[in-house]
Amino acid sequence: MSEGMLTLARQSLLEPAGLGESDLTRLMGQLMSGRVDYGDLYFQYSRHESWSLEEGKVKSGSHSIEQGVGVRAVAGEKTGFAYSDEILLPALLEAAGAARAIVQQGAQARVPAAFRDAQGRASAAGGRMPGATGEAGRQLYRPDDPLASLPDDAKVKLLERVEKEARAQDPRVKQVMASLASEHEVVLVVRSDGVIAGDVRPLVRLNVTVIVEQNGRRESGSHGGGGRLAYDYFNQEDRALSYAREAVRQALVNLEAVETPAGTMTVVLGPGWPGILLHEAIGHGLEGDFNRKGTSAFAGRVGERVASEQCTVVDDGTIPGRRGSLNVDDEGTTTQKTVLIENGILKGYMQDTLNARLMGVAPTGNGRRESYAHLPMPRMTNTYMLPGKFDPKEIIASVDKGLYAVNFGGGQVDITSGKFVFSASEAYLIENGKITRPVKGATLIGNGPDVLTRVSMVGSDLQLDPGVGTCGKEGQSVPVGVGQPTLRIDGLTVGGTQS
Amino acid sequence: MQVLAEAKKSGATAAEAGVNISQGLSVTVRLGEVETVEHTRDKGMGVTVYFGQRTGSASTTDFSEQALRETVRAACTIAKYTAEDDCAGLADPERLAKAIPDLDLHHPWNPGMEQAIELARAAESAARGLDTRIANSEGGSLSMHEGLEVYGNTHGFLGAVAATRHSLSVSVIAQDDSGMQRDHWYTVARDAGLLESPQTVGLQAARRSLRRLRSRKLSTRECPILYEAPIATSLLSHFVSAVRGSSLYRQASFLLDSLGKPIFADFVRIHEQPHLKGAQGSAAFDSEGVATQPRDLIRDGILQGYVLDSYSARKLKMQTTGNAGGVHNLTIDPGQDDLAALMKRMHTGLLVTELIGFGVNTITGDYSRGAAGFWVENGEIQYPVEEITIAGNLKDMFRRIAAVGSDVDTRGNIRSGSILIESMTVAGS
Repeated sequence: MSEGMLTLARQSLLEPAGLGESDLTRLMGQLMSGRVDYGDLYFQYSRHESWSLEEGKVKSGSHSIEQGVGVRAVAGEKTGFAYSDEILLPALLEAAGAARAIVQQGAQARVPAAFRDAQGRASAAGGRMPGATGEAGRQLYRPDDPLASLPDDAKVKLLERVEKEARAQDPRVKQVMASLASEHEVVLVVRSDGVIAGDVRPLVRLNVTVIVEQNGRRESGSHGGGGRLAYDYFNQEDRALSYAREAVRQALVNLEAVETPAGTMTVVLGPGWPGILLHEAIGHGLEGDFNRKGTSAFAGRVGERVASEQCTVVDDGTIPGRRGSLNVDDEGTTTQKTVLIENGILKGYMQDTLNARLMGVAPTGNGRRESYAHLPMPRMTNTYMLPGKFDPKEIIASVDKGLYAVNFGGGQVDITSGKFVFSASEAYLIENGKITRPVKGATLIGNGPDVLTRVSMVGSDLQLDPGVGTCGKEGQSVPVGVGQPTLRIDGLTVGGTQS
Repeated sequence: MQVLAEAKKSGATAAEAGVNISQGLSVTVRLGEVETVEHTRDKGMGVTVYFGQRTGSASTTDFSEQALRETVRAACTIAKYTAEDDCAGLADPERLAKAIPDLDLHHPWNPGMEQAIELARAAESAARGLDTRIANSEGGSLSMHEGLEVYGNTHGFLGAVAATRHSLSVSVIAQDDSGMQRDHWYTVARDAGLLESPQTVGLQAARRSLRRLRSRKLSTRECPILYEAPIATSLLSHFVSAVRGSSLYRQASFLLDSLGKPIFADFVRIHEQPHLKGAQGSAAFDSEGVATQPRDLIRDGILQGYVLDSYSARKLKMQTTGNAGGVHNLTIDPGQDDLAALMKRMHTGLLVTELIGFGVNTITGDYSRGAAGFWVENGEIQYPVEEITIAGNLKDMFRRIAAVGSDVDTRGNIRSGSILIESMTVAGS
C-alpha cells in the first residue's frame, strides 16, 4: 500500500471531521477498556452513480453518498459491533461504548499511543520504524474518482452508442437496456494493534441486456465488463460496443436453442466467467469462518486431495485493476495471492484477522465487508484456476456426448452439505467431438468436495471474467472476480427438461 | 419538507422525497456462547426531481443542511442530462392515499441485551438438546428492528409509517457417519408477543436438519412435485416478476398480453391484502403515496390485473395498481389439505423443501433449479434426497397446479400453503 493512499484517506475522512491522532487514541481507549483482545475502527466514504438507458433514451440517473464509521470489539470468539453515520467524536465514542459492552469489565487493555501503517511506518510524522518491512508503494489502481473521469453528457452518449450498436446488429433486436455505474470509495482502518491503513478504490461497470424476437419467441442476452478503473476503459479497444455485439450474439443463439437433456453427463466449461464453478463449488467452502466453526464440507481437510492433480486454484487480490482486487482488505491487511488447491491438494483457507487468530494461522488479506455498517468476514477476491496443458479444441473433440457451457448467470452453495449450483445461460450439445446445437439455459448441480476430482482435462486458455461479478454472503454484497481455462468434468448433473 | 422546497427553488417542476430512520439490535449465540452483538442505526434520504419530463435522483446518509442541499443539487444536475420521457412524473394526485389507517405495525420491544442473549441461547439449546447428532451449530439469533419512513411529494402528499420487525432464528448442523446437513427455522413478527417460542424454533430447526441426514440422489425422471409452503411462495414471486409493469412494457415477460386469460389452474385465486393488521406486507400507500387496495390478481385461474406503478402504468396506457415498491401480502387461497394429506394425494413423487440457485428466466418462463427434499411413495416419506434439479416451464407449472395446502406460511409478504404440481422433470444420476 502506498503512503499516498493512507494520506488521501486521512485527508478525506479524518480532517473534515477534525479528528486527530489524540482523538483516535481516546476512541481506542474507550473501545479497549474491558477484556477486549482486538478492536478496530473502519472509516468509510463512498459516492456512487448510475445511469440507465432503455427504449433508446437515458431516462434515469442516480447519485448517492454514504459515509460512516464501524466500530468493532473482539474478545475471544465474541464480537461487539456498532456504527455511526456521523463521523464526529461524540457519536464515535458512543458507538465504541456500545461495541465493547459485550465483554465484562476487567483489566485495562493495551491501547497504542501512536499508529503505524501496514508496513510498520509511524503514520503521523512519516518516520520509519526500525526493522520495518513491507511492500511499499503498492497501487493496484489509481486513487482517482471515477465519477469525475468522464463528463456527464459523455456518459449519456456512451450509453446511446452502445444502444445503436446493439440495434445495428440485427433487426430482431427489440429491446436494449444498458447501464453505466461507478463508485469512489475511501476507507481508513485504525486497529488496536497500532496499524493504520487506507485505501482509495475506484470501481466502474457497464452492462448491456438485449431482448430479441423471432416468430413470437423472445430470448435475451447480456454482457458487460468493468473493474477498478476509470470510464475511459470502455472507450478503449472498442470495449463498450463489443459488449453490445456480444449481448446480441448470445440472444440470437438462444433463439435457436432446443430443450436441454436432463441427467448426469460429461460437461465442458468454457474459459472465463464459467469460473463461477470454482467460486461456488470450493471457494465459499474454503472461507476461514466456516472452517473454524467446522460447518464446511472442507473443514479439517488441509493436505487432502480434493481435486484432480491437474487443478491448481488461487485467490488473488493483487491483480491490477481487477474488480475483486484490493490494495489492503477491509481490516488493513495487505492482500495477497493465496494458493487454495495445488495440484489437487487442499493447501489452506481464506482468512480474516478474527478467524486467522482463532485458527492460529496468518490472515490472508480476505477480510472484507460491504460497508461500515457491516461486520468483516472472510470473502473471496479474484478466484481462478491456473492453466493446464490441453488445447481447448482437443478437449471438445474428446467428448462423445455431453454439454458445452460457455456463459453463466448466478450460482449458490450449501457449504455444509457441499452441494452447489450454477446456471448456464448459453450452452450447446457436444456430439461425437463436435459442438452441434444450442440448448436452453439450465442449472448444473454438483458436490463441491468431489466435483474437481472429476476434472479430466484442463485447458491452456486461462481467462478472467470481464468484471461484473458480485458475491453475496450473509446479506453482504462485495465485488469479486473469477476465472478458469476450459475444463472437462466427467459427470455433472444437468437440470434440463428432456429426460 | 425542506428538501422539496429546495428542489422547487432549484427550478424543479415537481419533486418527491423519502426519509427513513431505523435502529435495532441483533445478537447471535453459538454453542451457548455469545458470538456477535450488533447495534444498528441507519438513516437515509432519497429525492427525485422532475424538470418537465426529465428525471434525476440522489440519496444521502448525511442529514446536515449542506449535505441535503448538495443531494438536491446532484439530482438536479442528473436531470439536465437525462432524456425527455412522456411517462415520467409523480403519481396522479387523485390516486394518492387520503386517509392513512393504522395497520398495527409498530410494537417497539427492548428486552435489553441480557434478555435478548437468553432468548437466542434458549432457542439454540432447544435445538442442540434434541438429539446427539446435532453436532454443531451456526447459532441462534434474535433481532429487533424499529423504523420510521416518511414520504412526501409536491402534490402535497405527506405520509409516515412507523413499523417494527422482530425475529428469532436457529440454524444447526446434524452429523452422522454419512456427513453433515444443515437446516434452519425462524419466526418473525411485528409484535414480539406473537413470535414462536425459543423452544419451538429450536426444535423445528433441529428436526429439519436431522431429517436430511443420509440424503441420496434420485435417478432422472418425470414426477409430481410438492413444494413445501416456505418455498412454495417462490412460485408466486416468479408470477409477480412476470406481471410487473417494468417486465411488461420491456416485453421481458412470458405473460405478455395475458389479461383475461387463464394463467393458473381453474380453482386458483391469488389476491392482495394490503390492509391486514400487523402483517409483514401491509401498507396503506405505496412508495409513490398511492392508496393501496385489496384486489384479485387471479380469479378462477384467470389474470385480473397487473402489478403496476405510475410509470409502467402510463407506459401501458393503464392505471397504477398501487404497487410501486411491490405487492402487499400477496395470498393464494388455501385448500383443505394439510401437508400430510397433500402427500397422500400425490401418492408418489418429490416433496421439495429447499431450492438453490437462480435458474428462472422471466422472459421465457424456463425454470431449472437445484433442489433437496424427500422421495414420497404411497403418500409416505421414504428417504431424503439432494443434488438434483427440478425443471419445467412456469407457464405449464402454473396451469398444472393440482392443489394448494392449508398449511399457509404467513411469515413473509407472499403467503402460500404447500403447492402440488402435476409433473416436472427431475434430473439426477
